[in-house]
Amino acid sequence: MQGHAGRRPLQVLTVPEADTRRDERDGGEIAPAPVLELKGISKHFGAVEALSEVDFEVYPAEVVALAGDNGAGKSTLLKVIAGTHPPDAGIIRFDGAEVVINSPRHATQLGIETVYQDLALCDNLDVVANMFLGRETVSAPAALCRLSELDMERRALDVLRQLNVTTIKSVRSPVATLSGGQRQSVAISRAVMWNSKIVLLDEPTAALGVAQTFQVRELIKRLRTRGLGVVLISHNLHDVFEVADRIIVLRLGRRVATFKRDEATPDDVVASITGARRG
Amino acid sequence: MEPGSELSASKQAIKALERGPSFAPAMLFRAARMRISSGELGALPVVFGLALIWTYFELQDTHFLTARNLSNLVLQISVSGTIAIGVVLVLLLGEIDLSVGSVAGATAAVLGVLTVDDNWPWWAGILAMIAVGALIGALQGVWFAVLRVPSFVVTLAGLLVWLGVQLHVLGDAGTLNVFDARITAIASTFLPDAWGWGLAAVAVIGYAGSRLVEDTQRRRAEMSARSLPILFVQTATIAALLLGAVGVLNCAYGVPTAGVLLFALVAFFDWLVRRTTFGRHIYAVGGYAEAARRAGISVIRIRICVFALAGTLAAVGGLISTARLQAASTQTGGGTLLLESIAAAVIGGASLFGGRGSVWAALLGALVIGSVSNGLDLVGQPADVKYMVEGAILLLAVTIDAYSRRRLAVTGR
Repeated sequence: MQGHAGRRPLQVLTVPEADTRRDERDGGEIAPAPVLELKGISKHFGAVEALSEVDFEVYPAEVVALAGDNGAGKSTLLKVIAGTHPPDAGIIRFDGAEVVINSPRHATQLGIETVYQDLALCDNLDVVANMFLGRETVSAPAALCRLSELDMERRALDVLRQLNVTTIKSVRSPVATLSGGQRQSVAISRAVMWNSKIVLLDEPTAALGVAQTFQVRELIKRLRTRGLGVVLISHNLHDVFEVADRIIVLRLGRRVATFKRDEATPDDVVASITGARRG
Repeated sequence: MEPGSELSASKQAIKALERGPSFAPAMLFRAARMRISSGELGALPVVFGLALIWTYFELQDTHFLTARNLSNLVLQISVSGTIAIGVVLVLLLGEIDLSVGSVAGATAAVLGVLTVDDNWPWWAGILAMIAVGALIGALQGVWFAVLRVPSFVVTLAGLLVWLGVQLHVLGDAGTLNVFDARITAIASTFLPDAWGWGLAAVAVIGYAGSRLVEDTQRRRAEMSARSLPILFVQTATIAALLLGAVGVLNCAYGVPTAGVLLFALVAFFDWLVRRTTFGRHIYAVGGYAEAARRAGISVIRIRICVFALAGTLAAVGGLISTARLQAASTQTGGGTLLLESIAAAVIGGASLFGGRGSVWAALLGALVIGSVSNGLDLVGQPADVKYMVEGAILLLAVTIDAYSRRRLAVTGR
């Protein structure tokens, strides 16, 4: 069960090359091209229109927050990107090339990793086992499927060190022994260790205390420094303003506003979430 | 138990040990106490319970701890112990298999009919019965994993169906005497003394060697590794246990072949679940199936494979049982065999809640159940007392499991 052909765990820190195409929205400034771009995405569930003609883009080394009320379509959009819900209409470009993402496996093969709200960790397994779950390294001869614990432990330690996750005392203790923030850190570290380009985070701080929320925010900022595109769903506007570069607001399945973090106030965002004002 | 958990639990001990080997016993003791108070009990309560049971019966009846009786005990637990390995695997998934007794009986009937009535050679009969066991297990696995019928119900239905198949295959006679010496040899032969010593030595050296290689690799990679004194203490303990067992059994008739078979199966399946991706995925599915599925593990495949293994091991249990009684009858696999096998797995420490436990639980638990049954027979207690005591021990084991689970939750685990 090695799967994911061609994707080796991250060894060296890689930063995507900047594409020097002109980006019209920025009025002629030199800007990199989006690593992921969605155009005119629509998704219906029966008669319910969850998303209608939504455009979306995330750039390398950028954190984009998806804001919106319950039922605005944030989760659906996330699932479209993650491959769980292929869209009914619209196109997806990844690294400039048009792609079809119709299964979670497709998404991970492209380099899109999702950290679900429940983190999808096995409590009974240790940190290393969880980080390599489903993609275990085996020692030769491969036919025996013998786990190469030493290799896995070393790489897990490397990634945790690179991401500056220092609170985890032992990578050999079961995940059940970790705090909420540590568990979130493990889930996020797992998502970035496979040369991924985009990480989708669904409510990463929803269940966390103050100190742990801080830990996770710092971790998200570090993902940006590594050149990853991060898509963040959060109800916590404080989080959003703390880490996001851009905030995209969805309402009733449509994209109604886009804010740059430095040019907006929480009140502006709330107003466009509730529909009190068109952004 | 996960390979690393001992590591983390005795981490402090390791650190202290680097200061000097003289701390070893005290530090090991402290590590053990830490594990108990934090809810990571491991095999300790079972070993303690076993010691208690053996002491009790030795005080009651001087014949309990004799070489001859212990040799007999090994033979008695070989059937339920083998079947319990399969039950442990299923429990690791967080499921249950109630059909193992009937599967043992049905496959024994297949072996009897093929080798006695149809004059198949012994090896073909054994291969056929193992294949039938695997198929039955796989079928139940498909029913559970694909059709999503709870395993409790699928295997409860299996319990009845395969019992019916057993009676049908045996027909009117009801009992087939299996006298083929190559089949009965499994439960009636004993290793020559030298072989027993040799096998034990190989096992100890193999254990110490593989651990030494592993630790050396870890140290070379500059990662935390058990210190030599700890490795030494652990190896010495295992050597004492194994060589002691062989020594005692050699005083009677030698090590029973069925005992070697049971030990080898336990060791193999322990390796399979702890050291291979397949085993890792079993724990993952038992821990949180949805996470395993999202990680790209085929949950359905793992579930079917594990139920097929449980069926296979039940067939091996049926084989040993046939060899012991020199017959395949309507009674084979019946009586309390199913309950004893499940009780053995649970008493040995495999959690009913899935994802936690070791294959050694099968051996330890079978020893506990077997000792109680054997001991009560020796002191002349009737079946009523036997069942009540065995039931009480099972309840105690599950209570400890539930308690340690709660402790894990309390200590933030």
